[in-house]
Amino acid sequence: MTSQLINAILLGGYYAVLATGLAFMYSVMNVINLAHGALIVLSAYGLWLLGGNLGLPLPVAMAIMVVVMFAVGMFLQRVVLSRASGGGELLPILATFGISIILDNLMFQVFGADSLSLAPLVGDLSWASFELPGFIFVGKTSVYILLAAIVVIAGLEWLLRRTALGHRIQAVSQDRATAALLGIDTQRTAAIATGIALATGVIAATAMGLRSAWGPYGGSAQLLFAFEAVVIGGLGSLWRVLAGAMVLAFAQSLAAMIHPQGFLIGGHLAFLAAVFIRLRGGSFDLKSLLGLTRKGATA
Amino acid sequence: MTSSSILQSGGISMSFGAYKVLDDISLNIAKGEIVGILGPNGAGKTTYMNLLTGALRPTGGQVFLMGEDVTRLDTAERCHRGLARTHQVPKPFLHMTVFENVLVAVHHGRAVQPANPVMEAWMVLKETGLAHAANRTAETLGLLDRKRLELSRALATDPKVLLLDEIGGGLTEAEGDALVALVKSIHARGVTIIWIEHIMRLLMETCTRLVCMAEGRVLADGTPEQVVEAPEVQTAYFGAAA
Repeated sequence: MTSQLINAILLGGYYAVLATGLAFMYSVMNVINLAHGALIVLSAYGLWLLGGNLGLPLPVAMAIMVVVMFAVGMFLQRVVLSRASGGGELLPILATFGISIILDNLMFQVFGADSLSLAPLVGDLSWASFELPGFIFVGKTSVYILLAAIVVIAGLEWLLRRTALGHRIQAVSQDRATAALLGIDTQRTAAIATGIALATGVIAATAMGLRSAWGPYGGSAQLLFAFEAVVIGGLGSLWRVLAGAMVLAFAQSLAAMIHPQGFLIGGHLAFLAAVFIRLRGGSFDLKSLLGLTRKGATA
Repeated sequence: MTSSSILQSGGISMSFGAYKVLDDISLNIAKGEIVGILGPNGAGKTTYMNLLTGALRPTGGQVFLMGEDVTRLDTAERCHRGLARTHQVPKPFLHMTVFENVLVAVHHGRAVQPANPVMEAWMVLKETGLAHAANRTAETLGLLDRKRLELSRALATDPKVLLLDEIGGGLTEAEGDALVALVKSIHARGVTIIWIEHIMRLLMETCTRLVCMAEGRVLADGTPEQVVEAPEVQTAYFGAAA
């Protein structure tokens, strides 16, 4: 029982890593990035090429991919999302959906259908574990992934609330026209914010590649877990995403204890429960779904 | 244009489809003026302000800031060159504190980054009387304080020209008096001010020059007394109000 509890917490850490970039992207850019999963898979292939083919140590490969994905994010914002954002709430979502389909098939063409893993890059670490009292073993990578989730969330929260760049990103996300009036280059700010969101996806890609094998179409499963974690936790603070990820992992683990095949169903039930709670009272929009409507916050 | 001209619109026109909102507005604002703009609803006053800041592109004519044609520059660049505005309905960044709202303007709104942005932000809040609320989230502020914040943020960009859009609306008489004093003190340290307002009393007490607009055109332009007594203004503005 204790072992299952610990494993659920560690699984929650993994979901939090997956979900943070998605949540950041929506809370600062108002875009639900349906290519989030595919971009994580793309990052994983990048890590595999740098680490496996070129033989670079994983941390070096990660550092390179953070820079690469930041640039991809800036490009994506300037070329696709900035154009789509003028067309209402739905258009950027459809645009990212299109990007995910293109990426999925491109990766299939380039890398084939084989499943890959990053575990060979870290040698012993992939099966090493900590031993807790009572013969409980927890995988070291899972613990590091949970720590990474906490560090990434704390880092992004610090960036948003405590730095000049963060204030600029908040200003642009809340009111673009007014931000421009105060001298802020809104296009550049949006591009940087998207770059940051995609760069965090490299951490998620590392976590995914170390935990399990992935294939070219693996993005949609990652997206689903990330989306469920975000909806369950709600937005406003990225720490809520961590909480949502924990609830998702606990629901899945609990359901798996009840029935061996209940794992996914348990997560979906928690997600549905969150949706019903959020949308009670009849406000069927995205902001209510993500828990962003605040009482008394009238303009 | 004269050498002292700080903001000028040359034959500015604006149409939304077939509907002409502004028709050939030419105004020359000299450095150091406080110009009040009045006119009935729908006269095109706020549209005019949006054209000056670059929120809208005119369908005809040009905007000059300190003698330079800025018609093709975007809003942020005009801000760096010294143009700031406030909105009729204040638009604070609701989820940020008052201080952060002002700080973001200090950081990004100025042509030259100040050595100590935090200090600059405090000085602005002291001037506008909002220092006591510095750490409150903007969404908790009432109307008067939101107007103060709107003004603080504009001042934080260190403007040479400040556009005020109906900042006096919804205030009590005493609050209006305090506002007039504040605007005069901002003007006294060298900021040129253009003030759109419905409340005649505030403009008469503050402005050195009045411009009356109606139906997208300039009806009268002169000293406050001249403009108020002009027969066109009497019929278009006060006649319509009565």
